[in-house]
Amino acid sequence: MVSSADLIQLRGVTKTYGDGATQFQALKGVDLDIAAGDFVAVMGPSGSGKSTTMNILGCLDVPSDGTFLFRGHHVERLDRDQRALLRRRYLGFVFQGFNLLARTTALENVELPLLYRGDDKRTRRDTAMAALDKVGLANWWDHTPAELSGGQQQRVAIARAIVTNPDVLLADEPTGNLDSERSVEIMQLLTELNGGGITVLMVTHEPEMAAFARTVIHFKDGLVERVEQGHRQGDMPLPDQPSSLHPVTE
Amino acid sequence: MFGTTLILAFRSILRHKLRSFLTTLGIIIGVGAVVTMVTLGRATTAQVQKNISALGTNILQVRPGQGFGRGGGGPRPPDFDPSDVEAIRNQVAGVTAVAPQTSSTATAIYEGANWSTTIQGTTAAVWTVQPWPLASGRTWTDAEEQAGKAVCVIGSTVQKNLFQGGRAVGQRFRIGPISCDVVGTLTTRGQAGFGGDQDDVVVMPIKAVQRRFTGNRDIRLMLVGTDERYSGAAVQASITDLLRERRHLGAGKEDNFNIFDTKQISDTLSSTTTLLTRIVTAVAAISLVVGGIGIMNIMLVSVTERTREIGIRLAIGAVASEVLTQFLVEAVALSMLGGLVGLLVAQVVIGALSALGGLPFLFVPSINLIAFAVSALIGVVFGYFPARRAAALNPIDALRHE
Repeated sequence: MVSSADLIQLRGVTKTYGDGATQFQALKGVDLDIAAGDFVAVMGPSGSGKSTTMNILGCLDVPSDGTFLFRGHHVERLDRDQRALLRRRYLGFVFQGFNLLARTTALENVELPLLYRGDDKRTRRDTAMAALDKVGLANWWDHTPAELSGGQQQRVAIARAIVTNPDVLLADEPTGNLDSERSVEIMQLLTELNGGGITVLMVTHEPEMAAFARTVIHFKDGLVERVEQGHRQGDMPLPDQPSSLHPVTE
Repeated sequence: MFGTTLILAFRSILRHKLRSFLTTLGIIIGVGAVVTMVTLGRATTAQVQKNISALGTNILQVRPGQGFGRGGGGPRPPDFDPSDVEAIRNQVAGVTAVAPQTSSTATAIYEGANWSTTIQGTTAAVWTVQPWPLASGRTWTDAEEQAGKAVCVIGSTVQKNLFQGGRAVGQRFRIGPISCDVVGTLTTRGQAGFGGDQDDVVVMPIKAVQRRFTGNRDIRLMLVGTDERYSGAAVQASITDLLRERRHLGAGKEDNFNIFDTKQISDTLSSTTTLLTRIVTAVAAISLVVGGIGIMNIMLVSVTERTREIGIRLAIGAVASEVLTQFLVEAVALSMLGGLVGLLVAQVVIGALSALGGLPFLFVPSINLIAFAVSALIGVVFGYFPARRAAALNPIDALRHE
């Protein structure tokens, strides 16, 4: 059974690209539950469906079939703009390539989601500065990406992702472009943020990074292969119902 | 929400100054060209009309021969004589005054200065037909006119060059073979439409000029003032009939004189300059459209170049209409900015060209407003396509775009 405390629930999600002879089924019926407050690492070889799943979970893409409940709402029934508003309100994104706006200061980058939310100038500034402070870059607010190191850029990107105080932080290979020392720092930051209550969904192919997660989901051939729970050593059980494995139902 | 997109658009413009400048360049040139051409065209038309009206309104110019520059073979048609002047004045209805004119050129000498100028012989009727206010002094009296005395009224150019701008009335100077008393000076009229200086003239009683300069009693030009209650064409027809009779022209013969209505010349020239203005403006308008295409071009390139940025914005939660609005606002802001700069450039160019061409500086509010409005419209029209393309991007593909 799935409790309503579940933040995310996928049931029989498929995703098919193309048609006819070139048809390709990226997801073949994924069932997944993610509880609020979890720290999930998504792993699997390329082509296993993990990126497609992340796109669907990030409301950037819709399933070809199946249901996707987010906070009890059917995301697969929402249109493009409704999904955009859902992203604006509940989701934050961190990318492997940082994806900050060039020639734009750290502060302005972090302010961007607040602009779309319609906050006034004063609120934008204060909220964005607070987010930069959280990632330890308050003193770097007036630097453009070109003037920041990779690790710092990723911190700015994380500040931008959390500035709206979202429910879920989706990170796609957040340490993929960083050296191991910087990677650990980023993972510590994500762990810290997760401790503050935000649900973290992270795609990674490095086991050392996945080790920071509480739950690890392995993908293979468009299906969930297995889920490891209580992955992190000395981890306290979640207050809510933990994520659980739902074997593929054909 | 619109405030947000405004902020985003202006940030983006300011962040890419060179790109923004290059984008607007076409609009700057287009708007500048249109405004310059229309304004200069109007200034030229106004100047031409002013020059023509300086010749006097309601005036018919009667000359021997068959119109301007039509020489042809055969004997030169006879000039007019004083009895023609009398006949027209007394026998044609609607004629207020007739001033005969004959002219010559001579060098005027006063103390150390000498100046080559035009001598115009006429009667006092000329001041009625073609009013020209005096700057000082008087015109000649009837008695002086009848006697053909060597008295003259001089134009401001002659006054300036001969008397160094000093007092001329009451002075006597030599001109050609005679000495002449200055009785009056004329106000400045300025450059004529066809390059001549109207103020470079010495006006004398016609008898004096005929006797001392041309050596005959011929009249080369009659200026006929008409009553404005009569139609110019009707008066012209009456004069034609009268002159044909006086010059013994049979039914099948062509006129050996011609009559020009200044109003007709004015209308012809005005319509010509207006037509030229329209043609040049059309060419300039094309450059404005090219400028618009330039904006579309850069905006399209910019959409491709900024695909990833658009992806980020979409992922962060921008809805399609916000991305569309941002790009549209950017395009409109750029083209309006270009329009504004174009207007400024146009004023500078108009100022320079007006000074160079001796035209008055003109500011035509309507064309400035229209050009500016068109530049904004161009932003909307040519910005819409790239903006729609940006808004339609799939966030996943956009984010993956290298």
